[in-house]
Amino acid sequence: MTDLQLSERTATMPGDQARPLKSDLLHINMGPQHPSTHGVLRLFITTDGEIVHTVTPYLGYLHRCAEKIAEGTTWHQYIVYTDRMDYLAAMNCNWGYCEAVEQLMRATGTEVEIPEYAQCVRVIIAELNRIASHLIAFGTYGLDLGAMTPFFYALREREAILNIFEKVCGARLMYSYYDIGGVKWDIPPDAMEEIKLFLKIFPKKLVEYNALLTENKIFVERLANVGVLDRETAIAYGCTGPVLRGSGVDWDLRRDEPWGIYDRFDFEVAIGRGQMGTLGDNWDRYYVRMLEMEQSVKIIEQAIAMMPAEGEIMAKMPRTLKVAPGEIFVRTEAPKGEMGFHIISDGGAEAFRCKTRSPAFHNLHVLEKLGEGQMISDLCATIGSLDLVLGEIDR
Amino acid sequence: MDALREWLATTPMAQGMDPELLTGLAMLTFASLVLVGVALAAMIFIWCERKIAGYMQSRYGPMYTGRFHGWLQSIADGVKLLLKEDIWPANADKLLFRIGPLLVFTGAFLGYAVLPFSPTWVGANLDIGLLYAFAASSLVVTGVLAAGWGSNNKWSLFGAMRGAAQVVSYEIPLGLAVLPIVMSVGTLNLSQLIIAQQGYIWNWHVFNPIFFFAFFLYLISSLAEVNRLPFDLPETESELVSGYHTEYTGMKFAFFFLGEYADMFVVSAIAVTVFLGGWYTGIPAVDNFVHPAVVFIGKSVLLVMVQIWLRWTLPRLRVDQLMFVCWKVFIPATLGLVFLYGLSRVILR
Repeated sequence: MTDLQLSERTATMPGDQARPLKSDLLHINMGPQHPSTHGVLRLFITTDGEIVHTVTPYLGYLHRCAEKIAEGTTWHQYIVYTDRMDYLAAMNCNWGYCEAVEQLMRATGTEVEIPEYAQCVRVIIAELNRIASHLIAFGTYGLDLGAMTPFFYALREREAILNIFEKVCGARLMYSYYDIGGVKWDIPPDAMEEIKLFLKIFPKKLVEYNALLTENKIFVERLANVGVLDRETAIAYGCTGPVLRGSGVDWDLRRDEPWGIYDRFDFEVAIGRGQMGTLGDNWDRYYVRMLEMEQSVKIIEQAIAMMPAEGEIMAKMPRTLKVAPGEIFVRTEAPKGEMGFHIISDGGAEAFRCKTRSPAFHNLHVLEKLGEGQMISDLCATIGSLDLVLGEIDR
Repeated sequence: MDALREWLATTPMAQGMDPELLTGLAMLTFASLVLVGVALAAMIFIWCERKIAGYMQSRYGPMYTGRFHGWLQSIADGVKLLLKEDIWPANADKLLFRIGPLLVFTGAFLGYAVLPFSPTWVGANLDIGLLYAFAASSLVVTGVLAAGWGSNNKWSLFGAMRGAAQVVSYEIPLGLAVLPIVMSVGTLNLSQLIIAQQGYIWNWHVFNPIFFFAFFLYLISSLAEVNRLPFDLPETESELVSGYHTEYTGMKFAFFFLGEYADMFVVSAIAVTVFLGGWYTGIPAVDNFVHPAVVFIGKSVLLVMVQIWLRWTLPRLRVDQLMFVCWKVFIPATLGLVFLYGLSRVILR
C-alpha cells in the first residue's frame, strides 16, 4: 500500500461527520538511543502498524573527524585513531592502515621488508580479533532476537581472547598493536600457550552455539526468508564481508587479493547457501560468521605451525618516518568487510589525505532497501545481521 | 477462608461480635495475607530468576546484598523503587497512566482468591473457580492497554497493542485446553478438580494421553498469557525498549513487575490444579505426612521455574508468527482435543 492510499483511507464515526477519523502512517525515531541499533545509529522509520514502510538512517552522532585528524598527526600517531574505527576489531583496522602505509612506501621506492616472524604474529592476532568480533556479532544477534544467554556465552569466549590481547599488548579494546613495519611487541610465551589452549577449546564451543541458537527452531523461523539481499543488489550497494558472502558471492580478500602472507594459508571462504530459506537472507548472513570463526581457527593453527621459533618483530624503519609523495588505495578484509585506506602522501611526516572506506558504512546503505515492507521485529533482526559498528560508520 | 473465620471466632477479640462483621474481618485478613504473600513470593521469584539466569549464563547473579548469595537483592531493589522519583511523561493521560499498573497487579492478584492451596486453605471456593481465574487474569490486558495508551509514547503503544492482541488470542486456547478435563470431572470448582485426581500418581490428569496434549498446549499458551519469553512481545526490550512500561518508574514500575511474577504463579497453580494432581503427592501413604499446601506450592513453584528456564533459553517469536501459532495451530488443536475427548466418552460409555 502506498502512502497516498493510506492517507486517503479515512473512516467516519456515526454522528461525528465533521471530524473524520484519519488513518495515517506512524513516524517513529528508532535511536539514537535504542538497544537494537548497536550504537548511536538513528533510523527514521514510517510504519503502518507493525509494517515498516520506509527506513532512513541518519548518521553523524559518533563523528570524530578521524579522517581530518590523519592530516595533522604523524604516520605512527594515526594508528591510535584507527583503533577507534571498528572498536570491536581494532587489530584488523590497525593492520589495514599499517599495510596501506607500508605498501605506499614500497610503491614509492622505500624498502620495507616485514620479517617472517612478524607476519605470522600479525595473522594470528588479526584472526583472533576476527573471532572476537564475530562473537560479539553472534551474541548481540541473539540479544536482538530475545535470546539473552548466547550473549553471555559469546562474551565468555571473547574474554579469553581479550586476556590474550592484554598479555600481548596490555590493552583490551584499543590495542594499537600493529606498527608500520611489523608489530610493537612479541607474543609472550604464556600468551602463546593460551592461544593454543583457546584453539583447542573453541571449536567445541562453536558446536554449543550452533545447538543453542543456530539450529533453534524459533531462531530459524525468525531469520529464514527475511531481509533477503540478492547477489546483484549486494554487489551494487558495495556490500562486503559476511554481508556480501551471505548473498552467495564467493569473494574474500584474504584469498582473492591476499596481503601479508595470506596467500600461504589453506582455508575455505564461507558463503551463504540458502540452507534454511532464500539465499542471502538474515540466517545466511548470520551463519557465514559462524563458519568464518571455524576457518579463522584453521588459519591460526597454520600460522602457529609455520611460525619461526624466533625472529624480528619489526622491519628496519627510520626513526622519523617520512613517506615519499604518492597515492595508494589498499583494502584488507576486516571482520565486517573490506577496510580500505586511500592515502595520499606529499612527502611529509603526515598524510596529505587519508580516506577510509569502512565496511559497515557501505553495508548500512542496503538497510534502506531491506527494511521496506518488513515488520519492526524483522528490522531489528536485519540491522543485527548487517553487524554494524557505528565507530567505523561515522569515523 | 472458612477455616480462617472459625479460627478468628475463637479469639477473645471476636467474642460477641456480629457474625457478618466477623466474616468481613476474615476476608480482610485473608486479603492482606495474600497480598503480603504475593509480594513476598514475587520477590523470591525475582531473586530465583536472577540466580537461575546467572547459573545458566555462567555467572553468579546477585552476590553482595545480604552476604549470602545476595538474598536481600529483591528487597533492596524494592526499596530503591520506592525511593525513586515518580516521573510523568509530558502529555500523559493522567488517569490511564495511573490505573494501568494498578489494573495489571489487581488482575494478577484476583486470581489468588480461588487458588486451592489445601482442602481448607481456599479464599473463595467458587463453583466457577476456573472461569473466574481466567476472567481475572484477562483483566491484566486492560491495564497493559491503559499503560501503553496513557504513556503517550509510540513504542509503548506498540507494546500495548501487541499485548492486547496476544493476550486476547491466547485466552482461547488456554480455556479450551482445560475444557476436556472439565468435561471429564464435570465441574469448574478447582478443589473438586483436584479431588478427582486423588490416589496414585497415574490418576493425575496429565497421564491421560489426551489430557497430556492439553497440558502441553496449556503450558505454552500460559506463557503467552503472562507475556513471558518466547512470547514476551509486549515487552521486547530489544525492539520496543520494554514496550508498555517504558515510561514507568518507581512504584508504578514495581507494580508491573510484581504483577508479572504474581501472574506466573497463578497460571502455574492452575496447571497444577487441573493437570498435576493439586495438593496430592501421588502416593496416598505420603499424603498424610506432608501438608497439602506445601505440595501444592512446591509443584507450582516448579512450574514457575520451568517458565524461567524457558525464558533464558529461547529467542522470541515475531508478532505474526505468534498469531499464526495461536489461531492456526493451538485453537484447532485444542478444539480437536475437546472433540476427541467427547468422542472417546461417547464410544467408551
